[in-house]
Amino acid sequence: MHRAVLPRYLHPFAWWGYALALVAASSLTTNPLLLGGIILAVSVVTLSSRGDSPWGSHFHLYLWLGLFMVVMRIAFRIVFGGGGGPTVLFTIPEIPLPSWVQGVRLFGPVSLESLLTGLYDGMQLAAIVICIGAANSLANPKKLLASLPGAFYELGTVIVVAVSALPQLGESLLRVLRARKLRRGPRTRTRRDRLRFVETIIIPVLSDALERSLALAASMDVRGFGRSERPPPRNRRWSVVTGIASIVLLAVWSFRFVAKTPEISPFGVPLLSTVLMLGGLGCAVVAIRLAGGTVRRTQYRPIRWRAAESGVLASGVLVAVLVALVAAGDSSAVLAPTVVPLEWPTLTPLLAVALVLAVVPAALAPTPERRKVAA
Amino acid sequence: MIRFENVSFRYRHDTPLRLRDVSFTVEEGELCLVVGATGSGKSTLLGCINNLVPRFTGGTRSGRVIIDGVDTSHLLPRELARTVGYVGQDPMAGFVTDVVEDEVAYSMEQLGYPADEMRRRVEETLDLLGIADLRGRALRKLSGGQQQRVAIASVLATSPRVLVLDEPTSALDPVAAEEVLAIISRLVRDLGTTVVVAEHRMERVIEFADSVLVVGDDVHYGPPQTALLRSPVRPPLVELGVTLGWSPLPLTIRAARRHGSEQRRAWMELPPALGRPETAGPAALTGRAVVVTYGDVVAVAGVDLALHAGEVTALMGRNGSGKSSLLWAMHGAGRIDAGTVTLTDGSGIALVPQTPTDLLYLTTVEAECAAGDRASGRPVGTTLALLNRLVPGIDPASHPRDLSEGQKLAVVLAVELAGNPPVVLLDEPTRGLDYAAKNVLTEIVTTMAAEGRAVLIATHDVEMVAQTCSRVVVMAEGEVVSDGPTRDVLAGSALLAPQVAKVSNPIPVLTVQEYLDAC
Repeated sequence: MHRAVLPRYLHPFAWWGYALALVAASSLTTNPLLLGGIILAVSVVTLSSRGDSPWGSHFHLYLWLGLFMVVMRIAFRIVFGGGGGPTVLFTIPEIPLPSWVQGVRLFGPVSLESLLTGLYDGMQLAAIVICIGAANSLANPKKLLASLPGAFYELGTVIVVAVSALPQLGESLLRVLRARKLRRGPRTRTRRDRLRFVETIIIPVLSDALERSLALAASMDVRGFGRSERPPPRNRRWSVVTGIASIVLLAVWSFRFVAKTPEISPFGVPLLSTVLMLGGLGCAVVAIRLAGGTVRRTQYRPIRWRAAESGVLASGVLVAVLVALVAAGDSSAVLAPTVVPLEWPTLTPLLAVALVLAVVPAALAPTPERRKVAA
Repeated sequence: MIRFENVSFRYRHDTPLRLRDVSFTVEEGELCLVVGATGSGKSTLLGCINNLVPRFTGGTRSGRVIIDGVDTSHLLPRELARTVGYVGQDPMAGFVTDVVEDEVAYSMEQLGYPADEMRRRVEETLDLLGIADLRGRALRKLSGGQQQRVAIASVLATSPRVLVLDEPTSALDPVAAEEVLAIISRLVRDLGTTVVVAEHRMERVIEFADSVLVVGDDVHYGPPQTALLRSPVRPPLVELGVTLGWSPLPLTIRAARRHGSEQRRAWMELPPALGRPETAGPAALTGRAVVVTYGDVVAVAGVDLALHAGEVTALMGRNGSGKSSLLWAMHGAGRIDAGTVTLTDGSGIALVPQTPTDLLYLTTVEAECAAGDRASGRPVGTTLALLNRLVPGIDPASHPRDLSEGQKLAVVLAVELAGNPPVVLLDEPTRGLDYAAKNVLTEIVTTMAAEGRAVLIATHDVEMVAQTCSRVVVMAEGEVVSDGPTRDVLAGSALLAPQVAKVSNPIPVLTVQEYLDAC
């Protein structure tokens, strides 16, 4: 048996990269066949590769959330009438609204076209949510936090501590609730008593939590937490400067993007926009590098980036690229099937290939480790 | 290895010194035991070793601390992480992650060890402390002894030269404490780590100790035999040896038995007159076939127990044997699945929980007492007067959380006793109490019994049981395994016998006072 197929966790960045690429692909289309295919592919990959890890057991919640979004979108179309269409399916008596609520209609005729619009929109949102959910279920969250660049290190620590402190808070709450039964009081339910109820529980629990957090802080300190070399002032200054530069560049870029400012586009590439965006991102990377450079810290049992990781990431990116190619090409209409006139959604061969690529990680990723971590 | 030169410390310039001109030197590879009453500055002294005091607590420190030849007085605790490992009282409070393996690796991650060395050290440390089979377990689900071993492992992984332990067993039951102390003595012998440990279960470590630091108004350092002579707190064995003038002072049961062999022979000829408990009063609280279950776990399996007026009963047994569940079921506030509990005199029953501070939420002792008066419908001032009788000298304006453990316990007891209940249940009241506070508790309990109350104390503390209780009930796996007068139950048991009984065996003498009286 080759080492590459032994059970292990895949690098969390690979899963997130794959999922975000599929999010990008979903955002380019309202074609229900393509969206349904993406949802199916992501679900197959998640169910086959999530293992029995505690964070993987909630994927079905994301599926329900997706379904809920579709249902809500369609329900909105029915309740608020939506855009009309020639094919009226049924009519609900309209509720007359006062004249000052203009542009809103309650009930009335329901057309097939408006229902389909709701379905397509809803499916797009559902696909995006489910892709994110898949990344959450597949990637080991602790390894994800540990893999973040040094600048996000404090944030990661806060989350780790919060996750382990929450059950303790619950325990002390139970203990105090139980102890409270011991101090009998006259059983009258006045407002003052209810306030006292809060007081008798909140104060012991919070003072407990405060004492514990002080103990934790001391413990982290003596074990070397935050032992960073003092950053040279020049380094600090540069990280602030590049950080601000990146925010400014990205702000100008997004403004131009939203306002659709016309510009020179040699070879079909919008020149100024591209420069602004790349410059902004580059500055952000430099700023994060500089800010995190002082944290000397290593990771226990890091997950190495191997072939499987590249494969998973590549299949996700390829899906996005194929969909983008279709969007830029002649048959871009297939990505947004029209509702008026009603048209049966179809797939081109290129999109079918994309869907097959989206399932590939199910076969590519090694099975995750058996659960060694008690929930 | 560790040298203190004229170290003094105070929290504020207008408060008295907590440490005054402390100077001593602990040699490399020594196991140094720090003893002293609660509040004498033991923790402060330990904190000075890795600069948690004053970096973390505030205050001013003068003098120099030198570790391994380097003056560390001005370093931050985190900069000393490689040199000094520090383990606190409650292991759970110091855990940063949630899984054993990650916790052991945490310190090394912070110190930037390369991944392969980290892996090797984690494996070695897990084996060294015998916790390799726990590596993937959630920290919260471990027993107290296992948690403390993980805490020690997590600081040992970086192989610090000095290991500082601040009362590492105070939150553990005797079996778990034994486990941890055995590990500590092994570390000293096998690795030559310099260990400084504050421990109130002195009797268990004293035989391994190379030196003793007695912390009081002054700090004395010396070999155990001489330093203990000055110590305000002493285990019963040492107390006995000091009073009878045994020399050299015995630190182990074996040595003490040699000193006491003459006396034992005399007793064999002419058995001493040992007091028998007086016949107890009528039953004040009777439980019949009490059953408590949590899911499919049976905590109490049909226990019959009657508490008599004027009798102090000890409830013993390892952690998880159902002591607390039985206590709460007998009180009526806890869960009870089957059986009946009858209170002969209907005027009430009081229970002091394991963490008495859970019951305190007002800002002053006075307000707590007033609340106690209101709850029990007594005239204003009853509770405060009671408190003054129990433990004189508590400032009514002080905040309950600022009191010492013993004082907190007294406040809760006063509030609970205000209603004059004929039955009092105490759930592990000796946890975290030093000898002095235990003596206060013993007095309180004796007074309560003299007033005709029935008292039940769940505890692990054999010495306190020998002094206070007239009857012992031992539980295991939810059942009562023995029930009888203290002398019969304790002296006949290999595990529960107090130190004096071990010395005088087979004559069932339980306490130092009894031994002296019988001489």
